Amino acid sequence: MPAGGRERDERRGGRKPRPLRWLPLAPATVLLLLFLAGPIGYCVWIAFTNTQLTGSSTSDFVGLDNFRRAFADDNFRNAVWLTLVFTFVSSIVGQNTIGLALAGLMRAASRPVRTVTGAVVIAAWVLPEIVAAFLLYAFFRREGTLNAVLDWLHLPSQNWLFTLPILAVSFANVWRGTAFSMLIYSAALSEIPKDITEAAEVDGANGVRRLWHITLPMIRRSIGTNLMLNTLSTLSVFGLIWAMTRGGPGNRSQTLPVFMYDQAFLKSLIGYGTAVALLLLLVGALFSIVYIRLLKVEV
Amino acid sequence: MKRATRVRLASDAALFVVAGAFLLPLLWLVLSSLDADADLRVRLPSSPTTENFSAVLTDEITFTPMLNSLLLCGSATLLTVACAALAAYPLSRYRSRFSRPYLLTILFTTCLPITAIMVPVYGLFVQVNLVDTMYGTALFLATSQLPFSIWLMKNFMDGVPTVLEEAAWTDGASMIQTLTRIVLPLMGPGMTVVMIYTFIQLWGNFFVPFMLLLSPDQLPASVSIFTFFGNYGSVIYGQLAAFSILYSTPVLLLYILISRRLGGGFALGGAVKG
Repeated sequence: MPAGGRERDERRGGRKPRPLRWLPLAPATVLLLLFLAGPIGYCVWIAFTNTQLTGSSTSDFVGLDNFRRAFADDNFRNAVWLTLVFTFVSSIVGQNTIGLALAGLMRAASRPVRTVTGAVVIAAWVLPEIVAAFLLYAFFRREGTLNAVLDWLHLPSQNWLFTLPILAVSFANVWRGTAFSMLIYSAALSEIPKDITEAAEVDGANGVRRLWHITLPMIRRSIGTNLMLNTLSTLSVFGLIWAMTRGGPGNRSQTLPVFMYDQAFLKSLIGYGTAVALLLLLVGALFSIVYIRLLKVEV
Repeated sequence: MKRATRVRLASDAALFVVAGAFLLPLLWLVLSSLDADADLRVRLPSSPTTENFSAVLTDEITFTPMLNSLLLCGSATLLTVACAALAAYPLSRYRSRFSRPYLLTILFTTCLPITAIMVPVYGLFVQVNLVDTMYGTALFLATSQLPFSIWLMKNFMDGVPTVLEEAAWTDGASMIQTLTRIVLPLMGPGMTVVMIYTFIQLWGNFFVPFMLLLSPDQLPASVSIFTFFGNYGSVIYGQLAAFSILYSTPVLLLYILISRRLGGGFALGGAVKG
């Protein structure tokens, strides 16, 4: 990181500080305080009250009631479990592995195939969330393309959105998010010096051993970064699931963000919904801190 | 056959299969938009037609929502970029006790799941009468993108040499003059990237306007498309596909614009050196 701009400061070291210099930070800071810090603070407060949308508009302090209620609530436990499944299948296994595989294969493939694959995968990523949801809804429907392909291969077809809704939305998320991992890993793999892999090849290490002992250790940090960012973005997926299944049938694809929305707006339990939101926020914050530590950011 | 050739062919074949799987849903979108009686399967239209497009090109279905999207995302993007450029300058050029904690806080907020705070945001917006207002929603959208934009902008600014600024300072130029006449023009490509990236993010955002806007005449395309096909059952798939294409085209084009400029790893804008 070039620190060119700091020279002037050091040369003038010892002069009195000039607070006016920091004035340009004001607009951004005001916005962040009003619209981000404010809601987060409000979130913490409301989570400990019994605020409701309808009926008596009182909000009394109820302490940890909302959280106790959550941990005793089967629907909440279901949402936690489904969130884990969704995150594990779509982010950790799906996007991460397929992204790495694609990045690796692209290095060995011929140019036109590489270009076309990249374009298709990235197009899926750039499409607006709702369009992606709608495309995959059509793809997984009983009368959709997936079953058409399965019929053609003489494999049993089924109504995916009904029998395996959480897997359908997980695959949808893989379709939508793999490009990100692919880009990160492409960048990481291109930074591995060629002579290292060549030396290993000469020494007779086969593909799998090369991958395990050389490639993966060398891109360790990218793997960490990618898993972290993928997991964080997967934790907050709402539109994709909402548009595909509404969290249904029943609550069988109701991950935490969908559960939160459902409780706060459809069941009018703002306090309870916010308590769930706060838990989600805490998980996100935890990941975020780990991620910054991992990066050892220099600012 | 040489080993290298075998490896290349195998890789090509594998990529071909994966690309095919990724392509199927996209293919359905394109083919259905040209098919008057499209259903949920990928198939060639018996007689390709543009009538789906002409059917959705009405004020109610396309023009109003797209204009709303443009107003909402355009104004939010401009606000974000302006605030981020201002904030990035002192963060990039001066050092003080609080600049490091400030930047770390910014980086920390880039990772927070915005989805989670939408319930309290709605509650607050109700309290201060901002619900169902375009400007309130635009302000929130702008803020949601601000942390990442500041971070990107600062990284780009760090790459601009300070020699010219030194000269301007000695000539007694003010900070704002220096920033707008010297630094920002020098980081034009970086500015463009931040602007387009922000716009793409906002254009596709569904949850925020879905929560904060209620009147049908104010809804952006991301929400109107949802209400349009939210009433399953009597959906005319061809028209929906046509509208989806119209709604997606701007971001696809914009992405092509910045990807040329940045190559692959732009997604993290240099924030990540893994």
